[in-house]
Amino acid sequence: MIATLEPAQATRKSPSEDAIVASLEAVNKNYGAVRALRGVNFRVRAGEIVALLGPNGAGKTTAVKLLLGLMPPNAGKVRVFGGDPTDPENRLRTGAMLQVGRVPETLRVREHIDLFSTYYPNPMPASEVLAAAGLEKLRDRKYGELSGGQKQRVLFALAICGDPDLLFLDEPTVGLDVEARRLLWEEIRHMVSRGKTVLLTTHYLQEADALADRIAVINQGEIIAQGTPAEIKALTSGKKIRCITRIGVNELRQIPGVKEVREDREAVEIHAAEAEPVVRELLARDAALAGLEITRAGLEEAFLALTQDAAQLSPN
Amino acid sequence: MSTAAMTLNSVRIERSPRHTATIYWKEAKYEFLKNLRLRVYTASVLSFPLMFYVLFGLVLNAKQAIGGTGVPTYMIATWGTFGVMGASLFGTAAGLASDRGLGWLQVKRASPMPPFAYFAAKLVTSMIFSTIIVLALFALGVAFGGVRMPLTEFARLLGTLVAGSLPFSAMGLALGYFAGPNSAPPMINLIYLPMSFCSGLWVPFMFLPHVVQQIARVLPPYHLSQLALGAVGAGWREPSAAHWGALIAFTMICLGAARIGFQRDQEKMYG
Repeated sequence: MIATLEPAQATRKSPSEDAIVASLEAVNKNYGAVRALRGVNFRVRAGEIVALLGPNGAGKTTAVKLLLGLMPPNAGKVRVFGGDPTDPENRLRTGAMLQVGRVPETLRVREHIDLFSTYYPNPMPASEVLAAAGLEKLRDRKYGELSGGQKQRVLFALAICGDPDLLFLDEPTVGLDVEARRLLWEEIRHMVSRGKTVLLTTHYLQEADALADRIAVINQGEIIAQGTPAEIKALTSGKKIRCITRIGVNELRQIPGVKEVREDREAVEIHAAEAEPVVRELLARDAALAGLEITRAGLEEAFLALTQDAAQLSPN
Repeated sequence: MSTAAMTLNSVRIERSPRHTATIYWKEAKYEFLKNLRLRVYTASVLSFPLMFYVLFGLVLNAKQAIGGTGVPTYMIATWGTFGVMGASLFGTAAGLASDRGLGWLQVKRASPMPPFAYFAAKLVTSMIFSTIIVLALFALGVAFGGVRMPLTEFARLLGTLVAGSLPFSAMGLALGYFAGPNSAPPMINLIYLPMSFCSGLWVPFMFLPHVVQQIARVLPPYHLSQLALGAVGAGWREPSAAHWGALIAFTMICLGAARIGFQRDQEKMYG
């Protein structure tokens, strides 16, 4: 009897390769003719923070709802804790923060938390939940009297009050000011330090970078890149310079700042950290240079959408 | 993984009976508090039947009688039916349509809440508001309309009306599953007001045109009001069993429609 206990404890503790707590395998999800997810493969391992990064409408929320068992996929497998996400036992071990249009407005913050805590067998004490979500001073306020950011914090509180092992946070920091965002980030890190696993969605690269152990970039229903924040950032940094020139490939490689050169039909593609010094040098060496184009390197489309979003939301 | 897998939702989580009871209790308590503090709800659901009773039952016709029963007593039964119907329809349909359409129900479904607790809370809340309305009508009648009846008669009247909350809560569930968050309240009014008029809740049944009287026989508020009137000895000469039968059949149809809506929601996303 004792022998069977040990391996169970071991798998629980180590965030090892095989401890996958949630996964999508070759998942397709359609809404009528709209293909929200296309062949998505995605894994969350125990004890890590994974960010699903993508612009609005990329399929992030759909992925979260599938993992919560709120709807079935059209094809592929969705697994949570090795089982079906609709298994009610799984719901005892997961917490979810979803984007909600309207929450009952006449209930007080502490009443909302009291009700949700009741659903779980071993909830966190209400005082801890209030502290974690930064709601101590607002505990007696009615939900309808809160600001947008404060409402987000209540939804976060409802997600964590059951002390779940796996936390799904769909756009948790939308509408939060800088201060509140930082507080929430700290709290998410704190959850993970206690052995919890977090999947969050965001359209801020900065947020994914600050929090996540791993980032999966999703665009138009497809995962287009996965990796550590450093790997993902490397894909986005730098510029791609395309032009038709007489300068030879070997000579191009020696221009300071050039990382990579590739021939593409009659033109060349040059990857560089910064475009301007390289272009200046190119024009100095080849007055007849033609067809000059400068674009962002890699992940163009998705990140253009991301940066546009961020520009709209930030004050500057 | 399609419909079959999604019905797993209804598999029970092992909980102690005490824990389950606590969940049901808190769900109902907060549903009640939520509605009690919602001025739109209390203002329309509580004050309208009381106001109409005072006006038509106590101020205007207090000295008259309908078929041997004094108007103040008669109208506790009819405005009581009206009140029960409003409390139950608005309590369930408007709340459910809003919770469904604006994402709150998804948060609840993602939690380990037993799904039935959500519906039970709505029913219990409707019954409590129904009780409050009938007690208030009775208190007004006794104080200002000279209403007197034996306790057993009053218990029967109250019990009948509060039980009548069930068919209208079921109807509210069905409406809540098929109405949008904004269209639900006007849709309820569109059904509620004509139905109560045709059932003889505004104008005593015997004064209604013959055509309307015929229509009334397929309307649930007619059957409930006749049972309530029967409790105070003012019923139409039809057996109670027929009225109960009609109400039970109506409840079943509404629950069936609500179930279709519930299953449809389990399978598709909204919002």
